[in-house]
Formats: sequence, C-alpha cells, structure tokens
Amino acid sequence: MDYGLDKKSTSLKTFNTIFIIVWLLIACFPFIWTFWGSFKVRADFFSRSDWWYAISAFNTLIETGGKFTTDAYTQAWTEGEFWKASKNTIIVTVFVVSISLFLGTLGAYALSRSTERYAFWILIAALIFRAMPHITLVSGYLFPFFQLQIWGILPTTIVVLVAINQPFTLWLLYSFFKTVPKELDESALIDGCSYFQAFRHIIMPVMWPGVITAGLFSLMLAYNDFTVTALLLNQENHTMVPKIQSYLGTNQHEGNLMWAVSAVVSATAPLFMLVMFFQRQVISGLTAGAVKG
Amino acid sequence: MPNKTFFWFFLPTGLAMILFIGLPIISTGIQSFYAQHDQVVKEVKKCDPFGCTVSIVVDNEETTKLREAKPLGKFNGFGTYVDRNHLAIDEIKKFWNETENFGAFVDQVTNLPFYKALIFTLTYCLFVTPNVLLLGFIIALSLNAVARKIRGPLIFGTILPMIVTPLVGSLVLFWMIDSQGIIGANIQNLMNDPYLSLKSSKTLTWITIIIYGIWHHSPFAFVVFYAALQTVPQEPVEAAIIDGASRFQRIKHIVLPHIYPVVTFVALISLMDNFRVFEPIIGFSAEGSAQSLSWLIYDNLVNEEVILFGSAAATSMMTIVGIAILLAPVLIRTWKEFKTAR
Repeated sequence: MDYGLDKKSTSLKTFNTIFIIVWLLIACFPFIWTFWGSFKVRADFFSRSDWWYAISAFNTLIETGGKFTTDAYTQAWTEGEFWKASKNTIIVTVFVVSISLFLGTLGAYALSRSTERYAFWILIAALIFRAMPHITLVSGYLFPFFQLQIWGILPTTIVVLVAINQPFTLWLLYSFFKTVPKELDESALIDGCSYFQAFRHIIMPVMWPGVITAGLFSLMLAYNDFTVTALLLNQENHTMVPKIQSYLGTNQHEGNLMWAVSAVVSATAPLFMLVMFFQRQVISGLTAGAVKG
Repeated sequence: MPNKTFFWFFLPTGLAMILFIGLPIISTGIQSFYAQHDQVVKEVKKCDPFGCTVSIVVDNEETTKLREAKPLGKFNGFGTYVDRNHLAIDEIKKFWNETENFGAFVDQVTNLPFYKALIFTLTYCLFVTPNVLLLGFIIALSLNAVARKIRGPLIFGTILPMIVTPLVGSLVLFWMIDSQGIIGANIQNLMNDPYLSLKSSKTLTWITIIIYGIWHHSPFAFVVFYAALQTVPQEPVEAAIIDGASRFQRIKHIVLPHIYPVVTFVALISLMDNFRVFEPIIGFSAEGSAQSLSWLIYDNLVNEEVILFGSAAATSMMTIVGIAILLAPVLIRTWKEFKTAR
C-alpha cells in the first residue's frame, strides 16, 4: 500500500523496522542456531555447565582438535543409516508428487468444467476429508493393512499419502483451472477434439504455474509427513522424519542427539532451498483458495 | 461436461479418496466397537504328596488361536467409548456422588485421560488460533509498509517456521529452550534457579507448546493476509486519509471489512490444524504433562504389547465428532449460500 497521501512519521517507521527485525530473529534464529550447533560436539551444543561453550567450542576443541566438526553428519549418514532414510524419502516424494498431480489435474479439470450439482458436493466432501486428522485415518489403516500383509512397505505409504493429499490438490488445482477461460477448451471441442485431447493439448500447456504450485505442496506433504510414515513403515523403510525421531531415543535406549541435530539440518536444507527458489509459487498456492475463491 | 466424461476424469482421484479416506473412517468406526481379547485361562490341577491344588494359568496356545481366528477382537459395543480411558461415565458418576464441592469434582474429571487430552487440545486451539490471526495480521501490515525491493527475502525469512515439519520445528525450539540449551540456561541464570526446566512444570510446558504453535502457524496467516492486503482498493483509503482518519481507524473501518472473508478462511484452516496438534508433543517430549487427542490415538497405536485398535478407534471417532462440531457452522453457511444461489 504505497499511498501517495500516506505520510508515515519517523517514529512509526522506526517502530516498524524494529518489529520486523525482532520477528525475523524469532522466525529464523532457531534454524541458524541449530545449523551452527550441528558442527559442534554434544557437550558443547547441549552444555551442562555453560551455554557459551556452544559458541566458543570448548569441548569440540578438546575432542576433535578443531572448532568445527562434521562428525555428527558422517556418523548419522553412515552409522545412523540416514542415507537409507533419505533414499526412501526421495522415492516416496517422487512417486507421491507425480501420482497426485496426475490424478489431481484430471479430477480438478472435470470439477472446474462441470456445471452439475454434484461437483459442488464433491468439493464440500473434499473439504471435510481435508479436515480429518491424519492419525484418525492411520488408526483405520493399520488393522486392514496388517490383515492384508501390506503394512510396512513403501508402495502402501505412497498410495496413502497420495490419497490424503488429494483433497487439498483438488481444491488448489480447481481454483487454478477456474482461471483458465472455458472458451479455450470449448473451441477445441468444436474443432473435433475429445475432452481428453482438449485437456492434454490445450489446457495443460497453460496450466504449468498451477501444476508447479500443486506439485510443491504435494512435495512438502510427502517430505514432511511424520504421522503416516512413522506408523505405516517398518524400521527398514523409514523416511527422514521418523528416522530423526528414532535418533531422539526412548526410555529404553539412549538416542544420539547430535545425529538428530545433523539429520534435522540435512533434512531441512533442501526444503529451504526449494522454497527459496519457488517462493512465488508457494505464496500463490497458499492464497489461491483464500483470495481468488 | 457430460456426466460420462466427468465420471472417467474423476474416477482415479475419487477412487483414491473413497478407498483411503472414506473406507478408513468406516473401518475406524467398526474397530471402535471391538476390544482386544482377554487372555484365555485354564485351571491346572497340581498334585503332590501333600495334596492337590488348583491354580489358574494363562493358556498361551488358546489365546493365540483365538486371536488368529478373530483378529478384530471381541465385540464390545459402546463399551470402549464409556470405559475409564474414554468417556468414563461410571467414574464421573462416582466422582459426582463422592466429591464435596464442584471444584474437587472438576479436578477429578480433568485427571481422566480423555478429558485431560480434550482440555489440552481445546486450550491449545483457544490460545493459538486468535494469536495466530493477530500476529499474522500485524506482520502482514508491517511488511506491507517496507520498500518493495527488500520484501522478497523478508517474506522468505518469515515463512521458514511454516515450511518445516512440526516435529523438526518443535525440536529446533526444544533444543534451545531445554535446560541445556541457550535460552533455557540463560533463563535459569536469570531466575537464579538451577532446577528450573521445561519438564518440571506443567504450566511451562503448556505455554511453550502454545508459543510453538503461534510461531509455527503465524506465517500461514501472514501469507494469506499479505496477499489480501494487495487487493485492498486505494480510493477509499485515500478518501479516509483526506477526511482525517487515523491509521488505526483506516485499518478498522476499511482494511478489515475488506479482508473479512479471508479472516474467516484463515481462522477455519488454523482451527482445523490446531485441533490435530500432535507432533509438538513428541518434539518437546512433553507426554508427561501435555497430551492431545491425536497423541492418545498415537499412544494406543504404538503400544508395546498389543496394539489397542479398539481404544484408538474410539478416540478417533470422538475426534472426528469434534472436527464435525468445529466445521458445522461453516457447512451450514455454505449450504444456505448454495440454496439461495440456485
């Protein structure tokens, strides 16, 4: 809002700047701190005696001879088998994104071009499905999956994540498809295209921004999921997030906190880079439902 | 679009949703009426020179057989719903009759696992949602006032808490707030109390999780409000400035009414998300003093000895009822709008 008339007083400007700086500190500092701490040994990052050790690297110097160490990373990735977890995450993410985009574009296109009453009710049903806590769905899956003996493997989890993701993808793509003028595919239909051909050759080429946004959100859901992956995958097939939880340890066995710290950084870094690159799409996706609808 | 074409286009996604969202809800409903089998016991007669004794032991073989024959468990009707771990009807009746005053009664009831979790979940929703709306709106207003050139990186920094998964977000904060972390240690020094820690106090744990919730969800509210602010028309604002309206009056009478529909949208989404609060409890290892409905279900499902399907399913069904109550006003409004539109 750049009002030509709106004169902001200096005190207001200063206040505003201070507020933004404070907020950014609150929002970003925890990540910076964790990144910094991941290059220290446990005795420094979780110091019992003096928190300043995390900065001066007192114990890191004694234990490793340098101010920074990548021990936590190498150990977590090799001994902690984080490489396996990230491999699983990549498999899950790639399949979830491609399948849910394929299903979602078809369905959302049909919804956006239908004038029937049931299209409205399907959208409402999708909204209700979107509200279901994932853990309640998981409690419905476990028993049948055990009986069918499909528990613990990656394909099951991929299908489940695709399904859980569909309501949101449908709503998002629906609002994007609504912005593509109807005349475009109608003219193609008159020229003798089938609906599928019109969809494939006329609509999809202009839909890329929407598809990228929907893809990003599917990716974030699959990449970040804890509830489904922790309960539907066996130890061997765990993805990154449940793996991080397993490093934390339980009452029975002690975990390895520094592995968890380095794993958190390893898992978060690619996500941050991706969002930095696609920031515009993420924001347009979050607002598509709210502002346009 | 003809019905037939619609059907084929929609079939794959519809099938996925029916199979993996619709059916599981039904499956949860059925499971909630069953409970795990009791162990089969048999009487064993032992005789020795001093006489015979009859003792009762668990028949492991028979128990396994029964479990395999009927894996769902025994039919329990609404038994699971009313037992001590859920609605606890009998216990509440007992407390009502036995306790002297109302305060003591409430104390007793809120110590029952289901009510404890319900109260935490509702408290979390009640504190997080309004604060998220408020903080998100303030950040949006204040970022909207800075120069366009530097907004990009500022927005990126602002949305970071939202894009990490709640488990990671809460861990990152927990490692700082923990008694051995940077903030926790400094608070100990400041208060001069070496035993002050997050885990030691229930209230502190609740406050921390609520602050985490605000930290995690505000960026979402910010993004939506920020986009909505871009659509506020200029003319009324300028007219208000000429008429001498203060900044606060302008926001109250022009900006807020304009973005009102978006506010309800954000409130609804964040209410739905807050109601399923679960990962932060694991991230902050706060199981001891804060339990949510979702956490109760998780706890039943990761039970070491035997997975408590029935108990988890009953809590799930009641959570779904809770969600339905939350959604009802919106659905009714949509239905009315839909009817008048036709």
